[in-house]
Order: sequence, then C-alpha cells, then structure tokens
Amino acid sequence: MKRALGPLVTLVALLVLNAALQRALNPYYFQVLILVGINIILAVSLNLVNGFTGQFSIGHAGFMAAGAYGSAMFTLTVGQRFAGALVSAHLPQAIAQGAALLVALLLGGLLAALFGYLVGLPSLRLRGDYLAIVTLGFGEIIRVLILNVDAIGGARGLPGIPHWANFFWVFLGVAVVVAVSRNLAHSTYGRALFAIRDDEIAAEALGVDTTRYKVTAFVIGAFFAGVAGGLFAHYLSYLNPNSFTFIKSIEVIAMVVLGGMGSISGSMLAAIVLTLLPEVLRPVKDLRMVLYSLMLILLMITRPQGLLGTRELSFGRLFGRRPATEPRA
Amino acid sequence: MSASLLELDRCTMQFGGLKAVADLDLTIQKGELVGLIGPNGAGKTTVFNMVTGVYAPTRGAVRFEGRTISGLKANRIACGGITRTFQNIRLFSRLSCLDNVAVAAHPHRKAGLLSAVLRTPGFEADERALRALALEMLDVLGLASHADAPATALAYGQQRRLEIARALAGKPRLLLLDEPAAGLNPQESEELMRLIQDVRRRFGLTILLIEHDMKVVMGICERIAVLDYGLKIAEGSPAEIRSHPRVIEAYLGDESASA
Repeated sequence: MKRALGPLVTLVALLVLNAALQRALNPYYFQVLILVGINIILAVSLNLVNGFTGQFSIGHAGFMAAGAYGSAMFTLTVGQRFAGALVSAHLPQAIAQGAALLVALLLGGLLAALFGYLVGLPSLRLRGDYLAIVTLGFGEIIRVLILNVDAIGGARGLPGIPHWANFFWVFLGVAVVVAVSRNLAHSTYGRALFAIRDDEIAAEALGVDTTRYKVTAFVIGAFFAGVAGGLFAHYLSYLNPNSFTFIKSIEVIAMVVLGGMGSISGSMLAAIVLTLLPEVLRPVKDLRMVLYSLMLILLMITRPQGLLGTRELSFGRLFGRRPATEPRA
Repeated sequence: MSASLLELDRCTMQFGGLKAVADLDLTIQKGELVGLIGPNGAGKTTVFNMVTGVYAPTRGAVRFEGRTISGLKANRIACGGITRTFQNIRLFSRLSCLDNVAVAAHPHRKAGLLSAVLRTPGFEADERALRALALEMLDVLGLASHADAPATALAYGQQRRLEIARALAGKPRLLLLDEPAAGLNPQESEELMRLIQDVRRRFGLTILLIEHDMKVVMGICERIAVLDYGLKIAEGSPAEIRSHPRVIEAYLGDESASA
C-alpha cells in the first residue's frame, strides 16, 4: 500500500495544481511554466545518456522531433476520432482527450525510441567524438526529412494539432522521467552505467555488457525526448522543423552540463534556470542573448562541475520511497 | 573431464609487425597458483588481455574448462568465470567502494530492467543480495569500514585490494592478478601474500599472477612461467626458475653476471 502512496500523492497534487495554476497565472507565465516542464523532461532524459553513461550525444532534438511529429500525426489521423468516440460514449471530455493524448505520447515516445535503437546499435560502439558526430548527423537527417515531406507539412509546418497537453500532462511526464531516472540510478543497471562512464574497459572486464547498456540508456533517453516532443506538439498546436535544429540539442546539453553531469536534480535545476533566463532578460532587448551567453560562461567558469556537481538534492519525499540502496543490514 | 582449467594453445598476438606473444603454450590446473614473470615488455599483460577477451589472439586458441573462449567478448568471459585486476589501477572513480564491488556482482543479478524501474519487491531482494555479496567481499579484503567512501579516497595499497575485492565479486573460478604488489612496501606485500593465499583457500580459486616482486612470486607460486620478448623461455617450480640459466640471462643480461 505504501508503494502506491507516492505516485498517488503526485497525481492528486498535479491535478490540483493544474486547475489552480491555469486560473492564477497569466497565459504568458503559464506557457513559460509548460516550456520549463518540457525542457526538464529533455534535460533529465539526456542526462541518462550524457551524464549517467558518459556517452556524448548531440542529437536529442532529433528524437524530440520524431516524437513530436509521430504523436501529432497519430492524433490528427486516429487520435481525434478516438477521443470523439470516447466522448460520444459519455466519457467526460478531459478524460477522453487525456486518453487519446496518452496513446499519442506513448506512440511518439516509442517511435523516438525505435530511432534511438537504430542509431544507437551501430554507433554506440564508437567513442566520444565519433558518437557525437553520428548523433549530430542523425538529428539533422530527421529535421531535413521532415522539411521535405509534404504530407507532414514540410517547411510550412504542421498546424491544427489539438491543444490537449496541459500542466497536468507535462508535469506528469516530468514526474515519470525523474522517477525512472532515479530508480535506475539506484539499481544494478545504474551502477553499470556509471561504471561504463568511469572506466569502460574495467566495466567490460567485470562482466558488464557495455554495448547493451549504452544502447539501453540511449533508447530510454530517446523515448522520453519523444514524449517531450509529443507534449510540445500538443501544447503549441503547431509544429515546425525549425523548432528542432541543432541549436535545440545544444540547449539541452547545456542544461545537462550546467546542472552537473549525472545529477538528476542538477539537470532539473539547470533546465529551469536556462528556460527562465532568456525570459527574464527580455527587457534588455538586443543585449538579451549576449547577457545569456555571458552568464553561461560565468557559470561554467565559477562552477565547472555544474550547479550540483554529481550530487542530488533530496526529493525522496516528493516522489515516493527512498532508494532501496540506502538502508544496509 | 580433464583437470586443466585454462589452456593456451599456441597463442600468438601480433600487433602490426610486432609479435607481443608468440606461440605460447600454457596450461593451468584447477586449484593451482601460477606466476607469470618476465622483464618489462615481455608480453605478460598481453597474455592476460588474450585470456580475458580484451584481444582475440591472432593465432591459437584459449580454452577454459574445455571450451574455447578466445574471440568471445570480454564481458562474456567475465560472466563465464574469469575476472582480473589491472596493472594500472582501474577503479570506478566516482563510485563508492561498495558500489565498485557491487558492479562486479552484476552478472549474478536476477531482476530485470523493468523491475528495477518499478522497484518491485523481487528487485529489492535482489539488490539486497548483491549488496550483501559486495560487502562480504570488502570484508574479506579488510575494506568493510570503507564501504561508503569514494574509491579514490583510499590509500594506494587499499585501492589495489579493492580491485581484488571487485574481481572476487564476480565469483570467478580463475582469478588473474596483474602486478598486485606493484608499488607496495615490503610489509604491505607480505600482507598481500597472506591475503592472496587466504582468498584462494576460501573460494577454492585458481590464480594466475603477474608480478615483478620476486619475493612475492617465489613465496606463493607453485609454478612459474617466464616470458621474454613474447616467448616462453622457462617453466617450473620457483627453485628451478631461480637457477634457470635463460631466466638469469633474461633478467641480468648475461650469465656470468649472476653471482
């Protein structure tokens, strides 16, 4: 029974906040809040690959795009009818749309995960720079593909996606990716990933199937990037390939590095800071991106290990039970 | 069933024009403690790398418990019962001592990825068992009180012992030790010798050991093989090796200098 408590509390809190915040915040602040949530999902999922496993992937925007377009296309072709059918079966609209959105997000995530598998399997045998280049290339291929397929809008973008994502769904995504990351970190699997990061040869010599683990981390990371993309699509109602450029990948990497490689709460904190910073700097107009970059440089000089290093803030109480690894007999 | 645990059958390892190991035959019986010695660059670590799958031998075969293992991936060989330590210490620097050892207990996990993410009771039991095993290994090597310390916080000699604890956690049947006494003072070496013998009895291990410290090698090995320039130049008991003319030549340059 205790096991179900954490997730239950999280769900109720999200529902209450969802209703309250939509009324209390002005639309601009609300949208920034949603973008913060989506960026947290992106940063925490990339942290699994770059931070936990030490594999330098710079194609995260590509996985996000795959998830965004995949889930949007599902909703536009099947999801809307599915939601309509649920409504005519006398389900409340919010639940009908939520169910359709959930399916769309899962499919988007799975599509991104499939891409992650296809890219990861051959390329994760490569190290460092080589992997970075392969993932960079992959991200660009996805974007250029989308740009040239008219059926999904091409360069004009894909309009008319129903506005189904809200605070509840975005932050449910945040809760899930954080819980998965944290549980993974405190398990044999997480230890194996850390071992690969610290010394791949020793890990292999101790029986860790390094290729399999790297691919697993990569696939899980891609899945959540896809979910983040799906939420993005269903919040903005419009997709454009320009949202998924190389710059977006770099932005997410900046969050992971700034937060402290391997620290989940660090990635979250950095995602919040780096999403809010450009918004806070809006009044300075032309100097905005100059100041933004300057602050990034200063932060990295003063804290090269990232905001939190490899440490974690304790959110054990927020997301349920303590890790099983803490108490020792 | 033959009693030989490990068998290198005419193993050659060639890097471009360099033959690091040439036509090496070496057989280790179950329960033996065998030393592998030779001057720097003789190919000792290359032998370890061939046995543990870091390299696949260019020619020849490595057999473990009668099955050919050369060409298998290193992680498969480790799960199959051969683990090792490294000459230049390779600990997971950002993990605690306990976690370093727990990583190596990894082949014995039962819970799957999904149950780890969902924290099922089966996973928690599995996790407890792995940590208990890791803690036991730390205890055997006298490091239990350092379980939560980061691996890099240990003194050098302790780091060497942590590597052994880590190799033991994989429950190997054959343990390869690459210069375990390197950089230790005489007293620490003495202690290490006792520890190696203790560990061997306790876990019924077969051990192959590379070592430069002759006191250690002569003290604990039952049989010694000598490599020089990739060739096995001698094999025998410590007493035989000590007086073997080719060994003396390899180490001292020429025979007359060995008084």
